[in-house]
Amino acid sequence: MSEHTHKLEIFRGLIKFKSNTQKIIGVLILLSIVTLVEVVLGIYKPAVFNEYFLNLKLLNWVFIILTIVKAYYITWDFMHMRDETSILRRVVVWTAVFLILYLTFILIQEGGYIFDEFYDESNFIKTDF
Amino acid sequence: MSNTVSTTSNNKLWDGGNKPLNASYGKMMMWFFIVSDALTFSGFIVSYGFARFKYANSWPIADEVFTHVPFMHGQELPMIYVAFMTFVLIMSSVTMVLAVDAGHKMNKAKVTFYMFLTIIGGIIFVGSQAWEWATFIKGDYGAVKTKGGNILQFVDSETSKRVAVSDFAYIYSSSRDQHEKYNGIWYKEEGPLPSFSIEEVIAGMEASPNILIRTQDLNENGHKTILSRKESLNILKSTGVSVVNGANLTENEYGAPLFANFFFFITGFHGFHVFSGIVLNIIIFFNVIIGTYEKRKSYEMVEKVGLYWHFVDLVWVFVFTFFYLV
Repeated sequence: MSEHTHKLEIFRGLIKFKSNTQKIIGVLILLSIVTLVEVVLGIYKPAVFNEYFLNLKLLNWVFIILTIVKAYYITWDFMHMRDETSILRRVVVWTAVFLILYLTFILIQEGGYIFDEFYDESNFIKTDF
Repeated sequence: MSNTVSTTSNNKLWDGGNKPLNASYGKMMMWFFIVSDALTFSGFIVSYGFARFKYANSWPIADEVFTHVPFMHGQELPMIYVAFMTFVLIMSSVTMVLAVDAGHKMNKAKVTFYMFLTIIGGIIFVGSQAWEWATFIKGDYGAVKTKGGNILQFVDSETSKRVAVSDFAYIYSSSRDQHEKYNGIWYKEEGPLPSFSIEEVIAGMEASPNILIRTQDLNENGHKTILSRKESLNILKSTGVSVVNGANLTENEYGAPLFANFFFFITGFHGFHVFSGIVLNIIIFFNVIIGTYEKRKSYEMVEKVGLYWHFVDLVWVFVFTFFYLV
């Protein structure tokens, strides 16, 4: 069936699978490994990642990047985004990515501002009384 | 003539029966829905981020809140149960995609089997979430709320482990009567009495010298601040208002009430999606059994419901990160 052909390689062709079922198992193993790494990092919280980058701990950056990796493989291989036309991919992904980044920037920026106002001693705002 | 309008176009683009972007109508509409739903979820998760940045130095530490695992009573096992839930949802995603794959091969028996496993996985996940909610609502050690709405928790000075309010609070022999409907002026009842009054907590704390108070404030190592004995007694007497057990929409023994509100709202909204997904899966499952798609010669409906199911898994991946890890 020509309609249901799947692209059977991940990592830009580094790993190739023989059948779609094999690819699913391969992606499952990948997702499990990433989740396991997240859980281990979440329990032990290694001190190496305590530095800050852009007002966020490195450990949290690692979590966010690993989450996006997982999201990529769920969308591309489980939701078959890999087999859709590139324009459908772009319509779905870039719309969401653009709007979410914009919303994130605005709200996080505002949250940081309110934090600064709350804990500025020269303001007449108290959270603890 | 080159400039006359032909009614019978050689180009079949506008003649109907086309699949724009090479995707069928149903699949494309499912993608549209997924994009809009993704934006709804990101709105919720980003507003959670807003609240976190607003309370950057006093937000509850998730590892200290979600420490319970069923049948492992009294042990502190952060992350384990939620990792299990994540794995269950990923597994049910895998069985779903295997069902879709079997559908492409028109293998009815396999589609039935994998759809069944997917439904079971979804039910296990929703059940786990219900348990997690129940544990969170019931609470753990109890805490004291201050006039400013902040939370004071109790720790043992030797082990620096948390101490439950019920372990040290002094119980007066004459406890207060609950106000009931028939003896009030406005026929109002009051809610259930708090487990201990603030006086009982103060008396208990004075009687046990090893109890210290832990505030919500995070110190430079990211741990909650523990006050000295003198400061502890002082802050409890001067600001303590009532005992808080567990979490609800107005107060939360783990810290900021917003934490509980977002937890209920986001995991609740996600849980509702899982629930609807299970219902859709069951409908499709029975359609598979009675052979609807066999007659239709296409299992595309399994693919569409699969898209929704994977999306629910995708959202959970983000909820997991932002609620339990970050």
